[in-house]
Amino acid sequence: MSSIVKHHVAHHFHDRAQESGSAKMGMWLFLVTEVLLFSGLFVAYTIIKAVNPVMWAEASKQLDATLGTINTVVLIGSSLTVALAVRAAQTNQAGEKNKQIAGLLGVTILLAGTFLVIKYFEYSHKFHVGLLPGTHYFFEGINADNPHLFFGVYFLMTGLHGIHVVIGMVVLTWVMIRSMKGHFYKDYYTPVELGGLYWHLVDLIWIYLFPLLYLV
Amino acid sequence: MSMTTTQAAVDHANDPQETDYLHARSGIKHWLYTVDHKRIGVMYLVAVALAFLLGGFFASMVRWELFSPNFDAAGVAIPGGQIFEGDTYNRIFTLHGLVMVFLFIIPGIPAALGNFVLPLQLGAKDVAFPRLNLASFYVYVIGTVMALWAAIAGGVDTGWTFYTPYSSGVGGSVVMMTLAAFVLGFSSIFTGLNFIVTVHRMRAPGLTWDRMPLFVWAIYATAIIQVMATPVLGITLLLLVMERVLGVGIFDPALGGDPVLFQHFFWFYSHPAVYIMILPGMGVMSELITTFARKTIFGYRAIALSSIAIAVISFLVWGHHMFVSGQSVYAGMIFSFLTFLVAVPSAIKVINWTATLYKGSIALDAPMLYALSFLILFTIGGLTGLFLGTLGTDVHLHDTYFVVAHFHYVMMGGTAMAFFGGVHYWWPKMFGRMYSPFWSKVSAFLVFIGFNVTFLPQFVMGSRGMPRRYHDYLPQFADWHRLSSFGVVILGSGIAIMVVYLLISLKRGEKATGNPWGARSLEWSIQSPPIEHNFHEIPTVVEGPYDYPVAGQDGGAVKA
Repeated sequence: MSSIVKHHVAHHFHDRAQESGSAKMGMWLFLVTEVLLFSGLFVAYTIIKAVNPVMWAEASKQLDATLGTINTVVLIGSSLTVALAVRAAQTNQAGEKNKQIAGLLGVTILLAGTFLVIKYFEYSHKFHVGLLPGTHYFFEGINADNPHLFFGVYFLMTGLHGIHVVIGMVVLTWVMIRSMKGHFYKDYYTPVELGGLYWHLVDLIWIYLFPLLYLV
Repeated sequence: MSMTTTQAAVDHANDPQETDYLHARSGIKHWLYTVDHKRIGVMYLVAVALAFLLGGFFASMVRWELFSPNFDAAGVAIPGGQIFEGDTYNRIFTLHGLVMVFLFIIPGIPAALGNFVLPLQLGAKDVAFPRLNLASFYVYVIGTVMALWAAIAGGVDTGWTFYTPYSSGVGGSVVMMTLAAFVLGFSSIFTGLNFIVTVHRMRAPGLTWDRMPLFVWAIYATAIIQVMATPVLGITLLLLVMERVLGVGIFDPALGGDPVLFQHFFWFYSHPAVYIMILPGMGVMSELITTFARKTIFGYRAIALSSIAIAVISFLVWGHHMFVSGQSVYAGMIFSFLTFLVAVPSAIKVINWTATLYKGSIALDAPMLYALSFLILFTIGGLTGLFLGTLGTDVHLHDTYFVVAHFHYVMMGGTAMAFFGGVHYWWPKMFGRMYSPFWSKVSAFLVFIGFNVTFLPQFVMGSRGMPRRYHDYLPQFADWHRLSSFGVVILGSGIAIMVVYLLISLKRGEKATGNPWGARSLEWSIQSPPIEHNFHEIPTVVEGPYDYPVAGQDGGAVKA
């Protein structure tokens, strides 16, 4: 547990710098595609809101801003712990910080789980009262046209984000297991760093979703 | 060989053959699990070639139905089709479009030829992420299986554009086909991402940006579009799926949504995607023209940067597909202007290629025949695009055969010709064999003639009002349609001959030397087929990829 496994550079790279640089660049490009994937939903959001401003304001009040705020704090906290995990990996000399890396990643995963549990309660409340997309909508407390469009956008955006949270948990679990085996140390911590980058993006998207959906 | 400073590499190109990548590890398992970019390229080549033949089969069915109009002797229309019913016809042309776009043209040059050639031209042992590369191939296969499954189980008749509200309500396997396109998009993103990082990080020492072969520049520009545009298609298709599965209503006017929003989303990807299709073909062109003119490319930097210009401007012109959709006239004017702007970098390339030919020492081998076909056909395709980018004429020509002929001149006359040219150019490098010079020229000739006989009449019909996507037509178009269908026979026989002599060459073809065409980029400095790790030692590049000796002196022969 407190030793390290030396990393070998893949055959097609000259050296470690080329390898880790490539991996990092690839990850950043992947994050660009993620942002663009969400961009379609942000465009749909903007257009529907512009066409139905009154409905949008009314429908938004049905979201629970308290739970949303708690979830925002939870996710920002998880970004901190994952950043600390990356730092621990960078300063891991000979395996003395393996436990610390794994522990910090474990806390991150727990916080992600907390986020999903809170989201579950929010969702089930909306299912119950009929705040649903499109044809499934049956709530009667909003006095404006087409409120189902707001909830269509709400469920699509938070749902896609939720899927990303789940993927992030899987990735971080894999990184955590490897960190316990001592795979990451000062000269090789690419997977911790890339997993962290991905997690920051998941967090960042939520930081946009929260005010746009809950606070408008 | 002037690109490498090491005498060792020079010697190796002429060495007795060492075990090449095709024979290094035999057995089907070693192929299926391979992370070698060359093997993945070959597997892609087989896959896209099969997709092309399948898409061509559907095209032939379309032309068969259109061979004659369904009228009785008195000139009164008979309901129903000649060979297929209207619904079946709609499914067939939809499949033709989907298969050709998503399974052939988009992955065609980048994933098949690009995978094989890009690392060789960069002097690298492999792409940056070999396992991601293999994953991209399998994701492509999964997407293909899903698409074919959708075609068999229920079928899709929306056209390849999936326009709402028709696509959100109509029967058939629209959801499955949409998800197939979504999955294929991932394959495209993986390839693009891999290539961008490879170009940035894997270049051999001395291979500066202004020494990169123009094929690399083109693939790089393509990869940028793949990475930036495909996710938007992904979310668009997911929204369409949600529309059908959950009834979300974003595109449904009955629920307060906007069907034109779908068109914006769709074309925001699909117009840049048009350049995903043509840019790699332009890259192949630059290689072919210089090699077979034995002359340095004219305007290297202009061609390289025009690829990037196309990649950037391509994101700003999607509205020209929607001139008659009800978008605002001012938006139409701006999109029209930007459409003219995007024609400029394409024209720069065409003019530079032509200037390269001037006073060159031209060799009319099969790849060059395809390059010249490209030059002619793409120019026609490009110039007719300007008719469609002009607001007034587009109202007349929109949704007619003129549009069909225009994009076939660009896609088939451009990209497919470049694909054929590229396959013929790198075939000796890929498989170490030469094909029949005679039959390859016969085939190129038939393809060129057949293509024009098929599609030139469609310009005429379109300008006279023949609408696209109809399974029947007025008797006045009969001669033009018949001529067009007849062209398919010529085109098809050219392609059939190509398939035969290429397959024969694998077994009986003359053994290829390391550099059969006398080209100067890095992939020709090594033996054919290359060894598993490409280079014995990573080459150091000291000059540009097209530094041919002055014509007349040493005729482009390779020297150390």
